[in-house]
Amino acid sequence: MAAAAICSLFIINKSGGLIYYKDYGSAGRMDTNDSLRVASLWHSMHAISQQLSPTVGCSGIELLEADSFDLHCFQSLTGTKFFVVCEPGMPHMDALLKVIYELYTDYVLKNPFYEMEMPIRCELFDVNLSQAVQKDRGAFLGR
Amino acid sequence: MPAAAPRSGDAIFASVEHVNAELFTLTYGAIVRQLLTDLEEVDEVNKQLDQMGYNIGIRLIDEFLAKANVSRCVDFKETAETIAKVGFKMFLGVTASVTNWDADGTCCSIVLEDNPLVDFVELPDTCQGLYYCNVLSGVIRGALEMVSVHED
Repeated sequence: MAAAAICSLFIINKSGGLIYYKDYGSAGRMDTNDSLRVASLWHSMHAISQQLSPTVGCSGIELLEADSFDLHCFQSLTGTKFFVVCEPGMPHMDALLKVIYELYTDYVLKNPFYEMEMPIRCELFDVNLSQAVQKDRGAFLGR
Repeated sequence: MPAAAPRSGDAIFASVEHVNAELFTLTYGAIVRQLLTDLEEVDEVNKQLDQMGYNIGIRLIDEFLAKANVSRCVDFKETAETIAKVGFKMFLGVTASVTNWDADGTCCSIVLEDNPLVDFVELPDTCQGLYYCNVLSGVIRGALEMVSVHED
């Protein structure tokens, strides 16, 4: 079976709390507590990386490359972080993150019953996110 | 990754779905009238409009950032210009101008020549002191707060 384009997606609010976690069938599927812990760890690492950076005005880690996976992170100017764990060397993850950010601004933020900074429970977001990830996976397999 | 160039307000406005302007004006007018009926005090209504605007602004800012591709503004002058030229154009379809800068560049006025909210509206004498478009200042306040700019 062909590999999924991405392994998992996390969305963290500005205080470091996990508000969305989706696993796309990777071996490293996590339960709720683990995912919460991992998200706050990443939030702290991201903040520390901004302090450690030798360049002024660094906005934090954007890419983490490991042997068995890549982690791409996007932080909006409002402090919300979107990061995906994917196969090493996957191209165009930044574009996918941008698409996910736009889906978030549409289907989550425009839902008047969604409380800011709280876990995302928006069906429309889930549906459109799956479509976007499928499309990206299709594009990847087609290359 | 090279940053994408910021998109102009016109381009974004053209690319989103539009609603009938009169419906928009009527809806806003209905909200203000209802608030006046419910709250009676003009100051209370001003406060509510600001609060409503604030709630809109905190959500709108991400939409703005996602679509406009702007990077962090260097100073308050740039922030005001971005709000007036890109922000208002993108959401209301009108361009505002920034005037009345004070000596230290911390205070300015954003002027809307053509404000869709107030089409056909005339304030009666009983509503003196009503900030009819207070929702707009709430929106700006909410949006800026989410990117850590605190202002009055």
